[in-house]
Amino acid sequence: MSVEPKAPSFLKRVWSFAVELWGVLIRPSSVFALGVLVLAGFVAGVMFWGAFNTALELTNTEKFCTSCHEMRDNLFSELKSTIHFSNRSGVRATCPDCHVPHNWTDKIARKMQASKEVWGHLFGFIDTREKFMDKRLELALHEWARFKANDSLECRNCHSADSMDVTKQSPRAAVAHERYLFTGEKTCIDCHKGIAHHLPDMRGVPGWQ
Amino acid sequence: MIKHLKIALLVAAIAAATGTLAAESLTSDLRGSTPLNDEGPAAPMAPTRNTSEHETRNYPEQPPVIPHSIDGYQIDLRSNKCLSCHARARTGESQAPMVSITHFMDRDGQFLASVSPRRFFCTECHVPQSVTNPPVSNDFVDIDTMLSRSAPGGRR
Repeated sequence: MSVEPKAPSFLKRVWSFAVELWGVLIRPSSVFALGVLVLAGFVAGVMFWGAFNTALELTNTEKFCTSCHEMRDNLFSELKSTIHFSNRSGVRATCPDCHVPHNWTDKIARKMQASKEVWGHLFGFIDTREKFMDKRLELALHEWARFKANDSLECRNCHSADSMDVTKQSPRAAVAHERYLFTGEKTCIDCHKGIAHHLPDMRGVPGWQ
Repeated sequence: MIKHLKIALLVAAIAAATGTLAAESLTSDLRGSTPLNDEGPAAPMAPTRNTSEHETRNYPEQPPVIPHSIDGYQIDLRSNKCLSCHARARTGESQAPMVSITHFMDRDGQFLASVSPRRFFCTECHVPQSVTNPPVSNDFVDIDTMLSRSAPGGRR
């Protein structure tokens, strides 16, 4: 590395540091044993992965979701009156149970999509009730399309068609499930829209008036 | 003297009456043992009848009652959960009875293409039924029974 007599500019110093670092990185280590490097890499990897997953799971909680007023005032408050929040056995669904896939790759894909929601929050896409109501149909359509595409996976994480005992259902429900669910003709979201949140203006939505 | 006697009698009568009233407990069968000036514990909510069978109407104009549970059904300006089964176009899939043709009429008797706005809010007339014993019995008699009573031969 040549050292110039004059004090180099900041950019030049950054550049020469980067070149020097690259030079170190592409040469074999002359100080550390291979075992130390492998072990250190492994430990660092575990720590990075742990931190990454912890942070990921932190964003996968109801507390995190409802820390934004858009979610708390509009959607969470609507959930509270439904059977998915309060029921006889006390089993309840939190936001990510329905809106985030459990499978890791799908989860990451959903999380990447959700970065747009952060953008929307920062720039106030739905920061008032009126804006939210105007956008409500569009947002709901996205979510219905997602459920339709993955065959209502998040519903089925808890509600298994195989474990469904239609003899314990009301006659109406039993007939509908036997005719449409068990045959695979329809998926949960086709009929069960608006079970956890209020419905948007449903004019034009298939199956609605 | 007679006047004094009258007053004495009156006082005695009032005292006796008050005593009887005071001795009588201020309760009724419907309220249970809760005193009139107290609010008793609420009765447990009765389960809703949840079938798909029609119930007989008591008179032809009676809005049919809803034989199934409608918990959580949203009926407002934005959506109508009932119509997602009972609308004309939906009855094929749902096998639910179609809303009556009278619901398509506006107030001038003109038929509209879909349910008239004045008939949109189903639960204004149609109500689900509880599975419970009514605390007050109903002695309504329907027209067929009434006619057969007055007919020769009496009650059949």
